[in-house]
Amino acid sequence: MSIQHGDFDVGAEVARLRSGDAGVGAVATFIGTVRDANDGVGVAALELEHYPGMTERAIEGMIDEALQRFDVRAARVVHRVGPLQRGDQIVLVVVTASHRGPAFQACEFLMDYLKTRAPFWKKETTPEGSRWVDARSSDDVALARWGVEARNALPDSKGG
Amino acid sequence: MKVAVRYFASVREALGSGEAVEVPDGATVGMVRDRLIARDAAHAAALARGRALRCALDHVLCDEAATVREASEIGFFPPVTGG
Repeated sequence: MSIQHGDFDVGAEVARLRSGDAGVGAVATFIGTVRDANDGVGVAALELEHYPGMTERAIEGMIDEALQRFDVRAARVVHRVGPLQRGDQIVLVVVTASHRGPAFQACEFLMDYLKTRAPFWKKETTPEGSRWVDARSSDDVALARWGVEARNALPDSKGG
Repeated sequence: MKVAVRYFASVREALGSGEAVEVPDGATVGMVRDRLIARDAAHAAALARGRALRCALDHVLCDEAATVREASEIGFFPPVTGG
């Protein structure tokens, strides 16, 4: 698990996770990037904030959970913080497994968990100024498919 | 006893990165929030009941019934939007 300002090299990250494990037959990766618009408004840049200490702990916990739930061999998460530009890479999830099914599943599970339980916050720069991104209830629904309740996007204080 | 409070994202912009709060033994995270709301208008607005606010106790997501201890760290922040 890494939280870093700088960019990441997907090929190097995949090679590192695979190295020395001849039992790997499947590698699933997910890369999240800064798109040019959100909710119909143009986005020129993003600023990502995190909670040092808590964010690392949350991600380590969700990787442990993924390793227990799915028949996978290893998993790695890299998440960037600080200022990012349109098109930049934001987040990487890599999962290795013997077979593709668990690799795909664990990769999606980790992303659903990250979206709703890891303390990161995005602030967008738009033509109308900068704004904090709103949480989406669809992300809570995505995590619920795995039997985990998120309550992140609830409009009051009953989340957590 | 004294606990440390940390703020993030829009709450940090309104109140700064954090502060110390004096609370009675056995206090909950909700009582810490009440004490902060009573400080001034800026706190009352940023931490108002009914706002979408999440909290963490010692780096773990919690609800307001969680009991704090001496030197606990409590985080208040909006819903998370990473990934």
